[in-house]
Order: sequence, then C-alpha cells, then structure tokens
Amino acid sequence: MLQDKDRIFTNLYADGDWGLKGAMARGDWDGTKDILAKGRDWIIKEVQDSGLRGRGGAGFPTGMKWSFMPKKSDGRPHYLVVNADESEPGTCKDREILRHDPHKLVEGCLIAGFAMGANAAYIYVRGEFYNEASNLERAVQQAYDAKLLGDDACGSGWKFDVFVHRGAGAYICGEETALIESLEGKKGQPRLKPPFPAGVGLYGCPTTVNNVESIAVAPTIIRRGAAWFAGIGRPKNSGTKLFCISGHVNKPCTVEEAMSIPLKELIEKHCGGVRGGWDNLLAVIPGGSSVPALPKSICDTVLMDFDALREHRSGLGTAAVIVMDKSTDIVKAIARLSRFYMHESCGQCTPCREGTGWLYRVMQRMVKGQADLSEIDMLEEVTRQIEGHTICALGDAAAWPVQGLIRNFRPHMEQRIRDYKAALTAQAAE
Amino acid sequence: MSGANHSHVEQPASFVFTPEYLARAQRIIAKYPPGRQASAVLPLLDLAQRQHHNWLPRAAMDYIAGLLDMAPIRVYEVATFYSMFNLAPVGKWFLQVCTTTPCWLRGSDEVMAACERKLGIKGQQDASFLHSADGQFTVREVECLGACVNAPIIQVNDDFYEDLDGPLTEKLIDALRSGQVPPKGSMKGRQHSMPEGGRTSLTEFAAKTGAGED
Repeated sequence: MLQDKDRIFTNLYADGDWGLKGAMARGDWDGTKDILAKGRDWIIKEVQDSGLRGRGGAGFPTGMKWSFMPKKSDGRPHYLVVNADESEPGTCKDREILRHDPHKLVEGCLIAGFAMGANAAYIYVRGEFYNEASNLERAVQQAYDAKLLGDDACGSGWKFDVFVHRGAGAYICGEETALIESLEGKKGQPRLKPPFPAGVGLYGCPTTVNNVESIAVAPTIIRRGAAWFAGIGRPKNSGTKLFCISGHVNKPCTVEEAMSIPLKELIEKHCGGVRGGWDNLLAVIPGGSSVPALPKSICDTVLMDFDALREHRSGLGTAAVIVMDKSTDIVKAIARLSRFYMHESCGQCTPCREGTGWLYRVMQRMVKGQADLSEIDMLEEVTRQIEGHTICALGDAAAWPVQGLIRNFRPHMEQRIRDYKAALTAQAAE
Repeated sequence: MSGANHSHVEQPASFVFTPEYLARAQRIIAKYPPGRQASAVLPLLDLAQRQHHNWLPRAAMDYIAGLLDMAPIRVYEVATFYSMFNLAPVGKWFLQVCTTTPCWLRGSDEVMAACERKLGIKGQQDASFLHSADGQFTVREVECLGACVNAPIIQVNDDFYEDLDGPLTEKLIDALRSGQVPPKGSMKGRQHSMPEGGRTSLTEFAAKTGAGED
C-alpha cells in the first residue's frame, strides 16, 4: 500500500486550505524558478524518465507527447490546453484536483507550458463543475497576484498566462480535437487527424492537450525526481494514481494509490469491500464506462495498471472503478451506458450517430430478453461496424462495453432470452 | 443536445447585458487572442442565461452574435449543441438528476421517484424537462455529472447534492421549497470523497494540519 509520504495529492479531502498559502505549505511553487532554469529538454527528459503515462484514459507517455511540440516557433504561438472536461461515467478524480488542489495544476501548467515553448495555457473545465472552476479561477488569480504567473512568471523571465474556460455540457468535448473546436467557439465535433494538434491545434497553432492529473503531478515528479515516480508500480506503468471507486462497494471513495495495486486490495483496503463480501461480486468496470467489464474470476487477481488490464482485453482508462455486485442487472447496467453514448454522440459520423442509437434500442430488448439468441451475434457484429469506423474514439467507446458484456456475460443474456420465451409460451398455454 | 422544445416559447423582444454583465463579458473576451473572440461564445451564452432567469432566449443569442461578430446561425448551432443551455424557461430550482450507470447502481431510481412524488411530475415522462405545478421546480434527467463516488447526485442550479437516497431527496426538496437551502455536497455529512466513516489514507497529513474528520 502506498504510504502518505509518497502521496502527491495531500489535500484530496480538503483537510487544509486549497488556496495559495495552503498550497505553499504543502510544497507547491517551491523553487519553480530553479526548475525552469534547468531548461526545456531537461524537464521533458525528467518526465519521460519518470514513466508518466497520460491520466486521461489513453495512457500515452506524457513526456513523449510534450517532445512532439516544435522545438522552435515558426512565428505561431504554442499552446498548452488542459482537458478538465471530466465526463467519462465513473470518473471524478480531476474534480478533486480542481477544487482542493488547484495550485498543483496551475504550477504544472507553467512547467509543462514552458517545456513546450508555450506562453499560454487554457484549462477547459466541464461546465457542470461551476464551483470547481471557481476555485481554480481564484487559484489562478492568486498566482498572478504573487507574480507566479504573468510577464515574468516566478521571476524566470518566461511570460506565462493561464486562462480558465468553462464548457457547457458535452461529453464529446473530452476528445482533444473536439475540445479545441469547442474552445474556438464551435460545436464540439472532432477533427480528422492528421494534422495532429502538435502541428495544427488551437487557432491553427501547435498545441498539446493533456489531462488535469497528468499536468498536476508533473511538478512533484520533477521535485522528487523521475526515479522516485518510476519506482512506484510496475515498469511502464509507474507512479501514483487517483482511483475513483463507485457502485456496489461499502464505502465509495476517491483515493491516491500506487499503480499496479491489485484490484481486490484497492477495494478491500479503501472501500470497505464489496457490498455483501467479495464473493458477492459480479463484475467490475475498471477504467470508466468505455472499457469492457471484467467478471469476478479476473477481478480476483488482476492488477490495476495499463498493461495488466489490457492483457485482459479491458483497460485502465481513467481508473474509474465501477463495481457491480450480484444483485445487478448487468444487461441493464450496460444498456444504460449505451443510452449515454447515444445521447453524447456528436452526430458527425454516420456509424456512431446511427449505430449508438441502434445499439441502445437492441440493448433495451436484450434487457427484457425480447430477442432471438442469434441476435447476440448480430449485436456483436454491429459493434464491429462502429468500432474503428469513426473520426474519434466515441464510436469505439460505445462498442466496447457491449462487446465486454457479450464476451464475459453471454450466459446472462441467453438466460434472459430463454426466460422471456418461456414466459410467452406459458402465457400462450393458459 | 438540448431537449427543450423551444419553438413555442414566448420569446422576449430584445436582450442586452446589464452594465455589470457587460463588464464581465469584456473580461472574458480579453482571455482570447485578438480576432478569436468567437472563443467567448460559450461563456457569454452562460452569462446571458444567468442574467435571464436561467434560460436563454433567441434575442440573447442574436445579441451575443453581434457582440462577437459571429453569424447568428453559428451561435444558434452552439446553443443547441450543448446541454447546459436551457432554451425554454425553467423553475427557480433546476434539478438535474444524474441517472447514468454509477448513479443508477447507487439508487438514482429512488431519487427520481422521490422527485416525482414530491413535485407531482409523474406522467410527464415524454418531456425531458419536467415542471412542478407551481412552476418553482424543473427536473431533468441528465447524463453523468462527474461525482460518481458520491452517487447518487442531483445538481441544483450550480451546486451538487450528493450521497442521496429517496428520503434525503425529499428532505432536499422540502428545504429548497422553504427557502432553507442546505449546504452543497454530501447530504450524509461525509467529508467530500473520503470513504464514509473515516479515512484510509492521508492520516499523517490530517494530523499535521490539525483538521479533523467529519
């Protein structure tokens, strides 16, 4: 189990003051000028050596992403954009950073922005997080007042501005190019890639989009050293991670733990166990709604990291762990996610716009069992027609939960269909 | 997408920001590079909605299109794409009930049922905005609000009310109706997203600052 001395987000539960004074007492903004003095390449190398992988879901190495930004400006400004559009069902970790530890994010913006040659960062916060965005705005203002941001940020000679931008309710804006479109004042509809944002992003300028947690951990990684972070968790899955455990546990919570912690240990140590005991577990969605659910047999031993969950054809995603005990109608639980993706499809690509609605309608019948057994395969086939055939990953995200249901819980679906048919037959015989 | 049927809404003839809101709008526009003022469209629509009893009339969209030098259709497009813009009037208390899977697993059906019981909105199932008879409350079922470890939750105007169940939802509605707005956050009194009943981490930190547990 991770020790408190290795925890980054020490104000996770708002034990202390989230403002500048409290943040400085917790070690934020300590020697930031000296960090910047070590230069862009040194900062990027340190983040690369730490093994930090993006905390927004895809797990792409953060330092490498920063290194994709042009080394010299061709006259266009560079931008850092922080994705605080946290909307993946099950996920509520960035919320805690925004409202209880905003200075970690603001300082991270300066360090990351400097490392990629940017003089400005935009933080795109989901619109529903009104109070969270308000804390963040105040933290930014405090940083300006203390000359930590502005024309000579931290006395480094580097000009750096941070702007908070609120969204207005659209899951799709968590997709990086949709977020950029939205930030430009348009509907949040993803762009085709290439060109990638590092070449042509916000306002046509080189841009890197990072998740809140990825940016907020950077200053601590740099202060404590890449080796410290890399020493936690398994190789290539290193560091600490905020986990949000929701659903059928006795005590749902958000907690910072070591990467690669066994799922069972995470639930038993921090959440008071599964409701009704471990043997009452039916399934866990380990990384937010987009990743396939795992049956108990895998949950017994699986480790919570990118590679271990991938080996089981699921994913760490945002590390949002959704637990379902044996009382759960898992077909209905997944059908509700299908409704979510139908609602959130931006409507740009036909396979997703039409397919997500199609999935939901068939899933509604599957909930009742009002289907033929052969339709399970047809449903699976349709998910394959959506997956990989759209501009962005929302189509994939809609397909995967249904695929996971079919792969791991097919007997539940078949039984439902047989029960429905039997009830009809019995009714007819009366 | 916003589900309100706004084609039959009685629209005000005109809309302008008050001087205070206009000043706020100017500060927002200044966040973006020159010529990129369209970036301010979401925050300005939000401001307009705040000035106008939590709903966005057509005149406000036209006004903002003028302020930002955008074609009105671009502003309509944005206003109808994002779910937070109410294109028809809502009650003084706008209750957004999350029913996505993490909230559903923790009993959002009971929360919704409590809203229906207390506000007499059952039977309006076909509409996405449900209004109480006295017009004070509007209820809307929404997708994941991003506070899943405190599920189930309702967003009341700007604030999240968390860790709800049927009885606590009724209590919340009674309190709002009587003007006694409860503090936002957990309705069970738990400290944010900490495990209920006590911390399993950050014990040293809590001791250092002297901040106690709830």
